[in-house]
Amino acid sequence: MKLSSNWIRDFVDLSVDDHRLAEGLTAVGIATEGISGSGADTVFEMEIGTNRPDAMNHYGVAREAAAIYEVPLKAIEPKLPSAKSDAPFPITIEEPALCPRFTARVIRGTHIKPSPETIAHRLQLLDQRPISNAVDATNYVLWEIGKPTHVYDHDLLEGGTLIVRMARNGEKLKTLDGVERILTSEDLVVADGKKAVGLAGVMGGFDTMITEKTKNIVIESAWWDPVTVRKMSRRHGLHTDASHRFERGADFESTVLSCDRVAELILQSGGGKLQGDPVDVVARKMDQALIVLRVAEVWRILGSKLKEADMLRILKKLGFECVPSGLTGGQFDVRVPSWRLDVEREIDLIEEIARLHGYDKFENTLPAYSGAVVDLPHAAAEATVRKRALALGYNEAISLTFISHMDAEKFSASAAGAKVLELENPQSDEASVMRTSLAPGMLDRLAWNLNRDAENVRLFEMAQVYMSVDGQRTEPKRACLGATLAAVKRSLPVGEILDVSASESKGEAAEAFRAFKGDVENLLAPFAGKNLSFDRQTAEYFHPGRSARALLDGAPVAQFGQIHPDVVTARRLRQDVFLAELDLESLYERGLREPLYTPLPKYPAVERDFSFIFADGLSFEEMRRSVAAAQLNELREFKPVEMFRSKSIGAGKYSILLRAKFQSGERTLREEEVAQWSARITAALLAVGGTQRA
Amino acid sequence: MAYTVPKLTDYSEAALQRASDDLLSALAEEAAAVKDENALKIFRDRWMARKNGVLTQINDLWLKGAPKNAKRAAGQLVNNLKTQVEQKVDGAKSWRLAPITNVEHPGVEVPSAALESYAHEKLGSVDITLPGIRRPIGAEHPILRTSREMVAVFQKLGYSVADGPVIETDYYNFEALNFPPNHPARDTQDTLFIAGQLSKPLRERLLLRTHTSPVQIRTMEKMRPPIRIVIPGTVHRNDPPDASHSPMFHQIEGLAVDTNITFGDLKGTLDHAMKEFFGSSVKTSFRPSFFPFTEPSAEMFVSCFICGGSGKRGSDPCRPCKQSGWIEILGCGMVDPNVFDFVKDNGYDPKKVSGFAFGMGADRIALLKYGVEDLQLFFQGDVRFLQQFG
Repeated sequence: MKLSSNWIRDFVDLSVDDHRLAEGLTAVGIATEGISGSGADTVFEMEIGTNRPDAMNHYGVAREAAAIYEVPLKAIEPKLPSAKSDAPFPITIEEPALCPRFTARVIRGTHIKPSPETIAHRLQLLDQRPISNAVDATNYVLWEIGKPTHVYDHDLLEGGTLIVRMARNGEKLKTLDGVERILTSEDLVVADGKKAVGLAGVMGGFDTMITEKTKNIVIESAWWDPVTVRKMSRRHGLHTDASHRFERGADFESTVLSCDRVAELILQSGGGKLQGDPVDVVARKMDQALIVLRVAEVWRILGSKLKEADMLRILKKLGFECVPSGLTGGQFDVRVPSWRLDVEREIDLIEEIARLHGYDKFENTLPAYSGAVVDLPHAAAEATVRKRALALGYNEAISLTFISHMDAEKFSASAAGAKVLELENPQSDEASVMRTSLAPGMLDRLAWNLNRDAENVRLFEMAQVYMSVDGQRTEPKRACLGATLAAVKRSLPVGEILDVSASESKGEAAEAFRAFKGDVENLLAPFAGKNLSFDRQTAEYFHPGRSARALLDGAPVAQFGQIHPDVVTARRLRQDVFLAELDLESLYERGLREPLYTPLPKYPAVERDFSFIFADGLSFEEMRRSVAAAQLNELREFKPVEMFRSKSIGAGKYSILLRAKFQSGERTLREEEVAQWSARITAALLAVGGTQRA
Repeated sequence: MAYTVPKLTDYSEAALQRASDDLLSALAEEAAAVKDENALKIFRDRWMARKNGVLTQINDLWLKGAPKNAKRAAGQLVNNLKTQVEQKVDGAKSWRLAPITNVEHPGVEVPSAALESYAHEKLGSVDITLPGIRRPIGAEHPILRTSREMVAVFQKLGYSVADGPVIETDYYNFEALNFPPNHPARDTQDTLFIAGQLSKPLRERLLLRTHTSPVQIRTMEKMRPPIRIVIPGTVHRNDPPDASHSPMFHQIEGLAVDTNITFGDLKGTLDHAMKEFFGSSVKTSFRPSFFPFTEPSAEMFVSCFICGGSGKRGSDPCRPCKQSGWIEILGCGMVDPNVFDFVKDNGYDPKKVSGFAFGMGADRIALLKYGVEDLQLFFQGDVRFLQQFG
């Protein structure tokens, strides 16, 4: 909002220059964000809070300046010729609740022409377009004292009357912007004897506007109910300078002044005569209750022992009247000026005092505290996952909370009774649904990188997903890891490669999967649970043969693996990518494992290798279980150390070298017992279909 | 002539001394000749090898063969020599650290290239200027890092972390924060709504919280005063994405309520927190503002941490503070009594307690702090960008 410094100075004699004035105003909350122009044409760019409609004009800002610099504020007193006492212009208010006051004046025999230069220039400084002397007069008054008014061509008002009433359903009104609007019974209008001629407090009608031919004018200055104006303004998509002020509360007592000031300006520029006295219909009196101000309460809130006299001085300067009340002193009844509808309570007065005293003048203090300090229940678990993901080389990412309908369908976890939450007013189709999964966002982030020649990409995100389950909204926390194949391969430590026939793509894929799986295991490891197992039940967007679900003590906690080739193609990913989705809610529920010490071994371990050939379908897990079933107490570890495929072994088979480690906590192992246990392991491996290699 | 261990027949004190002197002088001579790893190995083996090393030999020849009455003296001698040999073998490594000198022309410096090649050949040294192999370490997201750092500042001041849902009801996001229905203040927070809510009463309608402030109400409903909470969280507004806007962003909210909280406490707490966060030299300034849920309300500025408050960087204007020397960081104020009225039953009688609240944007602070020119960079997940914060 722009205001002219010169215009403000019409009402106060200030010795400060424009820059100091701008600073001074800003310091009391009349924010002056910028200054442009110079001399008489200096313009302030103002940012006035929505609670201060009284300061959205020159006189209001001048009032603040008068209070800051303690100089008098000059009154605005329109000088009007005495009028012949004709019959008053008839005004009818059918809706006193919505229009408590309506003031009008009639001017006859005036001339419509361009505004005088002084008026036009001032409006132009504020980026307002001068139209004609009559219309400009209303605009000038709006910017001068903040009260919106309206002028009608008297002779176009049918029935020679104005009525404030609700519109009829389907009633039409062409507004000043030339748009024909269909009204409803919720719209409040000003009507003449036959038709609506204005949308109350928002915009006047086109058909009764001032034209070059206009001779006789009706000036309207009313007070409209803020909520009604706001609703109409929204319904019709019409935000005007008038509606902006009415919906924030105009000055109830300024209807006559503003009406007179408009009349004065029109008579000065276009001539003519007043017809009678102003018609001032007060349908409902607006009474602002007295507010009790207690000095002790000011001290309690502000913490500074401001002097009582200073409080009173500040309030008086702003137009408040303070009268001592109560028997013990330190208490006042305060009458609020009519332009300050925002001030209703004692705390509002305290703010006025603090504001004018100057916030920076209050001493900085630190309060004592006797309450407890607690962390969020899962803070430690969350920090652990994050630290591990970072340590594993994943960069923390943030993706948008919205996804497309299509992605929501494709990536939704199909929890029973779960529904997606759609946005009522989405910014685009691609962002129309609250995300149900972190996967689509992660895939987009990976694609973004791959499209910019960043090949080695590892990202993670820990965030909420959103859905409604059985009508209740939930926001479960998830973690998502994403990595490109290149990044996964790069992290394979040479010594850890199992499949030495890596020229075969299947072997390579297995190694990449293992490398990624290791990251998932590292994230799951700190959580309490006895048994981590894996199965193949993953969502459709995963590669069916290269993805897994992780279960901790039988409960699913994650799914991960390579993304389905179809998804890779559909999302134009330039490389295979890996994704892991962790259900943080269920992990947090389990809590972190409490480490427990196991004594270090005192006796040497003995290792034995087993070389076997198995059919392709047989998993290591099956071997492990079969060996575990033998219940060898001293078997400390059983792991694969090398895998191999070749023609000599035959198609559909693979060779695997397995290593068992035996150790006792009580003694050095004897050769014969190790041989015995080894034989049982061999038997266990034969039992699941293995062939021992020579 | 290389030294060989003689057999001893005479075990008199003088004879032992002579044998010892011979051995030690041979030891010193050979030690001095050791100049590289290979020679060191040979030297060590010759003197200390278990099989046939000099030490083993003197043990066998001098000690084991000693007559009974000389055993004691021979034992002492052998032990003494053993220590000396071990010391010499250890000491022979000292050439590794010894400066290389120009033997032919003492005082003239050895050319560095010659030094390098000497080091390569003799020491097996490597090019220490080759880049290290760095295992990738992930970088914390700059916004979340900023948020966590700010939260940590308040945790040190005794604030507990609180949180609440992103999808909120109209009641918590607006009504209980003193935004009455149809109040113009609602326009300042362009809201994204959840679809299909119109059949519900207004206060139950779902929307994406436009600020973290609803958590103030939710926490006060659960916990009686006194409280001190800090609330980091995601919020949404219907702002189209551009260099300084995003429909999703991150706030850090704070609330302190007690029987004794004043406006001076609000200022003092935030001034302290900003000094902790930006450095002890920053100053704070408070200007009146308007928020429906606080009164008096303020905007807090910190002296520009980029230009130090001068408004200039060298001879150029400082852009982050628009040359003003001040940067707006947060909104704050004393909790409005109307807000307390919504949670009065849980001990928040505005006549008895008072409090302050504040809220700031983590995204904006990160943008300023790290000098990022486009907010969208934060949400693209570009590793080249993210790795800069590692």
